[in-house]
Amino acid sequence: MEESPILNKKQNDNEYVRQVAQQQYAFGFTTDVETEVIPKGLSEDVVRLISRKKGEPEWLLEFRLKAYRHWLTMTAPTWAHLRMPEIDYQDISYYADPTAKAKKKDGKPEDIDPELMKTFDKLGIPLEERLALSGTAVDAVMDSVSVKTTFREKLSEKGIIFCSMSEAVREHPDLVRQYLGTVVTYRDNYFAALNSAVFSDGSFVFIPKGVRCPMELSTYFRINARETGQFERTLIVADDDAYVSYLEGCTAPMRDENQLHAAIVEIVVMNRAEVKYSTVQNWYPGDAQGKGGVLNLVTKRGDLRGEGSKLSWTQVETGSAITWKYPSCILRGNNAQAEFYSVAVTNNYQQADTGTKMIHIGKNTKSTIISKGISAGKSENSYRGLVKVSKAADNARNYTSCDSLLLGNQCGAHTFPYMDVQNPTAVIEHEATTSKISEDQLFYCQQRGIATEDAVGLIVNGYAKDVINKLPMEFAVEATKLLSVTLEGTVG
Amino acid sequence: MDSRGGRTVSAQEQYIELFREQRTLIDRYAAPLMNDQRDAAFESFLKQGLPTRKTEKYKYTDMQQLFAPNYGVNLTRVDFPVNPYDSFKCSVPNLSTLLYFVVNDQFYTKALPQAQLPEGVIVDSLRSVATERPELLKPYYAQLAKSDLDPVNALNTMLAQDGLVIFIPRGVRMERTLQVVNILRSDVDLMVNRRVLVVVEENAEAKLLFCDHASDDRDFLVTQVTEVFVGENAHLELYDLESTHAKSHRIANTYVRQERYATANVTTITMHNGLTRNQTEVQLAGENAEISLNGCAVLDKRQHADNNTLIHHIVPSCQSNELYKYVLDEQAVGAFAGMVLVDAAAQKTLSNEVNANLCTSPDAHMYTQPMLEIYADDVKCSHGSTVGQLNDQAMFYMQQRGIAKEDARMLLKFAFVGQVIDSIRLEPLRDRLHFLMEKRFRGELSKCEGCKVCN
Repeated sequence: MEESPILNKKQNDNEYVRQVAQQQYAFGFTTDVETEVIPKGLSEDVVRLISRKKGEPEWLLEFRLKAYRHWLTMTAPTWAHLRMPEIDYQDISYYADPTAKAKKKDGKPEDIDPELMKTFDKLGIPLEERLALSGTAVDAVMDSVSVKTTFREKLSEKGIIFCSMSEAVREHPDLVRQYLGTVVTYRDNYFAALNSAVFSDGSFVFIPKGVRCPMELSTYFRINARETGQFERTLIVADDDAYVSYLEGCTAPMRDENQLHAAIVEIVVMNRAEVKYSTVQNWYPGDAQGKGGVLNLVTKRGDLRGEGSKLSWTQVETGSAITWKYPSCILRGNNAQAEFYSVAVTNNYQQADTGTKMIHIGKNTKSTIISKGISAGKSENSYRGLVKVSKAADNARNYTSCDSLLLGNQCGAHTFPYMDVQNPTAVIEHEATTSKISEDQLFYCQQRGIATEDAVGLIVNGYAKDVINKLPMEFAVEATKLLSVTLEGTVG
Repeated sequence: MDSRGGRTVSAQEQYIELFREQRTLIDRYAAPLMNDQRDAAFESFLKQGLPTRKTEKYKYTDMQQLFAPNYGVNLTRVDFPVNPYDSFKCSVPNLSTLLYFVVNDQFYTKALPQAQLPEGVIVDSLRSVATERPELLKPYYAQLAKSDLDPVNALNTMLAQDGLVIFIPRGVRMERTLQVVNILRSDVDLMVNRRVLVVVEENAEAKLLFCDHASDDRDFLVTQVTEVFVGENAHLELYDLESTHAKSHRIANTYVRQERYATANVTTITMHNGLTRNQTEVQLAGENAEISLNGCAVLDKRQHADNNTLIHHIVPSCQSNELYKYVLDEQAVGAFAGMVLVDAAAQKTLSNEVNANLCTSPDAHMYTQPMLEIYADDVKCSHGSTVGQLNDQAMFYMQQRGIAKEDARMLLKFAFVGQVIDSIRLEPLRDRLHFLMEKRFRGELSKCEGCKVCN
């Protein structure tokens, strides 16, 4: 790029901001812990090996193998507005267990390795219950294995099951079998098939009839081992009249090569139940030159099976080199309500293609989509969404608003909404705007002595407020901080 | 891909075979300028093939099915006996237009308007102008509608033998509207490949009205590729009104390129049809160019209308406004996919896109997909899209004041499409369209006026 003298001057002015920006990824450290990593490559044997390592029943192995065989017949999707690097699926290890050393014969860790403990402490995730003053139950997952789940006993008093997926398979096989793969089948898409074949740990949540989960449940995902992929699988079931708020956070070390993360989240919401799912996604985004970073290819879907059920997705996407993620809702029950709130921030060479699907099937269903995209640097940020109203979905209502903010003249902001309406009583509204930060607002702030960087921060935070307000408190604080860190150094 | 030996021939192979076998015949009855493009177009068609529903741009219209039947093609340019005034009664009163006819793809020379055209203005058959003055059309023909952009462009360039040229030279401001009536006329099922070239040079001004009609109860498949060049500071109004019948299938690709300070108003109205796919692509290639791209479709029975638009902002400081409205009834299918693409260089772009749809029957199906792809930061772009019904409160208000429910519904529907019709700057046409729309909504125009099929 040719640099004009004016530009150069501006860059110098911002040097200090740039320095801050360079250290922005605070979670890029690695943990030195003995990790059992299976050899690289993917084959039926590897699928069998993973299943054996986790001591799984026959039906689950069958499920995995079926998924694997189906995956072989598929090709990776290319429709997203992403420049995806070639992924060599034989060059990844599909299972890494940092707790292997401490394991007893029955496969459960006796004591948590102090190194792991330290790692999660460093990440601000309290695994010791006495430390957990925040009142949030945590399932901490590193690489392919759940390290610890806190508050389990307390929750089980109310009949709530909150544990890692592997434990759930061992201890509640009937429940898992009843729901696993019913929302996202292994045939759903390329990455869902891959995940179904090789998935490792994730969380399993079951809230029984009429129970309101007394605390927030949370899972923290961490990739640590090199050249591995993380394929977690989360299943949340809220039975009739239940309520749960679930949080998900994630980080990874800074590495030069891309790391693959292909997860599935399935949520089942029964009659009058309500689930809130919040994510602050902060995988390593790669460096300023676009080297490395996590490829975040995730299938998330909720099935609102029950009458009057509610599901709300809130996501703050700041990390990952590539984000390919469409948390969706199937509004099957009558009077079901679904919401999707998203802030996606991309900087440097990050690419995001994210959005949602709202599939209205039941009568009087209602969905809201609020999406805010912020692109800076040389990044690409796309919203892609589908609102489908099927024939039977009388009085369906949808409101969609997706705004994009451009900070810098080398980034892109795109909107690809699809609407498919087959019912005459439906009311569907969509609106989108794309613009840069308003000069008027900036001027107003500057006039009052607020520096440009701070003013931009203020305006961006105000812009994202609609979504951040939907996050639980602790998460909202973190999200606001993340937002400003991700965007630091983009002005000028 | 050889398709001999009594096997069923796929839609695509049918055209490949036709082209291979009839190449000499196609060339003989066309102009060298057009023939020069055929080889490249054929290559391109072989590479692209006919789109399937998996092709993103064509996902709402099944082209395979559309192109599958075995239509006749009038390669030897047989004149079909026709009196255009007989089959055409849909004239717009009080609009003293210069009226021309195109029968299928042939320019009709037996009923030319008496009035003298300003000097240098050409309204004529593409084939004859391309034969007599190839140097005039060479900078334009197949320059916008490139074959590798779209398989329909390729197919049309392969097979087109004639069509229409409208050429308005530098500085000429046409006062009167040029009206071109396209009549589909045939005794057998017919495929028509029509090619239209519109050139409005610098500082020129023109108003064009294209009306599509069908006069016979036959299946028609029309591919029409229109290339429109609007020069610096020129002004063009282009109205395209389709009023055909249920057996007419129209695939129309329109490409518009605007230079500096050029303004254009392109409006496509689907009043009556069988199946229509309009693809309109506008390039804003000169600074301060402005486009207003509008359309509306009133559909019932099993009618299908698919508008696919692209407004490409290439340079800074251009403006685009887009408005499409659909009213769907019975088993109609409507689709709208509108992309606004803003290049990194196109700072100071202003763009607004609105698609509003009324769905009034449980069997109607509306797809809408307004899209923005933006690479410049100093822009203001927005789009909106709605699907819904008539406003309950407005209905109630009117019923309260003694307006019958049906009348109230009609008034509202009428007002709904009125927004598109009001953007038309030809007053007599606007009035006429208001009148036709009203009739259409009353159900009195449940068939198109004038054509023999409906009489």
